[in-house]
Amino acid sequence: MDAIDKKILNIIQTKFPIVQKPYDAIGKEVGISEEDVITRIGNLKKEGIIRRIGATYDPRKLGFVSSLCAAKVPPEKIKEFVDVVNSYSGVTHNYERDNDYNIWFTFIDESMEEIENKLKEISQKTGVKDVRNLPTVRFFKIRVDFDMEK
Amino acid sequence: MSKKTMTDVEKAICTAIQYDIPLDPCPFETLAKKVGIPEDEFINKANEFLGKGYIRRFGAAIRHRKAGITANGMGVWVVPDEDRERVGKIMATFKEVSHCYERPSFEGWPYNLFTMIHGRTKEDCYDVAKKISEATGIKGYKLLFSSQEFKKESMIYF
Repeated sequence: MDAIDKKILNIIQTKFPIVQKPYDAIGKEVGISEEDVITRIGNLKKEGIIRRIGATYDPRKLGFVSSLCAAKVPPEKIKEFVDVVNSYSGVTHNYERDNDYNIWFTFIDESMEEIENKLKEISQKTGVKDVRNLPTVRFFKIRVDFDMEK
Repeated sequence: MSKKTMTDVEKAICTAIQYDIPLDPCPFETLAKKVGIPEDEFINKANEFLGKGYIRRFGAAIRHRKAGITANGMGVWVVPDEDRERVGKIMATFKEVSHCYERPSFEGWPYNLFTMIHGRTKEDCYDVAKKISEATGIKGYKLLFSSQEFKKESMIYF
């Protein structure tokens, strides 16, 4: 990644222009050609730095709810538990973290009741009893862009 | 609006842009053709969804680990009920904090404010947490680092 790549990344993380010729518009902002922008973004995708370019929806505005869930999973059961959890399409993020509650995942679904039901199902399927639902009580911030030039 | 009240065309537009848009000079023209509507209508609708907040963000999703932002620490904080509004607002002002939420505590888990803290190294994250602690006066906290990423995907809504 060079300085121009970083500049492009900073622009397209949050302000990808929804216009007829977006790559041309980005090029004008950065000071390179449309073709060059397309080549560079193509390379960033190939390298795996860009996962995708598209819309991220607000679940609440579309009538969905989301939650963070935590589970206490014995080390020997982690693989099985994670496989079961990840089989749900509403699970979008899943991490192992260094705590007694060692598996943390996010769940998006049409209602909190549906999430609760699926957590019970996960418990039953895996035998992991301590699975917690931690829905948002109060919201302070969400931001998902990162300054690449820093 | 919710997904249930959207027209078929609106849903088709949302479907077209929920994955990865084409890397050709006029990506929205290509997508509009697939949906079967004029390009300008497609572009106007997408911008309308963005303006109304149905689309929270339109742009590139980055794999942070590959981009060198390798450490993410989940900060969890013990904050008294009456102080959470004040503390949450201060935490949200830190640029290294991407997410800040209040969540329920329970027996054996006293933490009620959650902050995702990002940095190049774990030490960076610890430094930020220390600054947050100093700025808020909250001393009871932990940073939970991810040792493995099992899944990171975008939700498919349409």
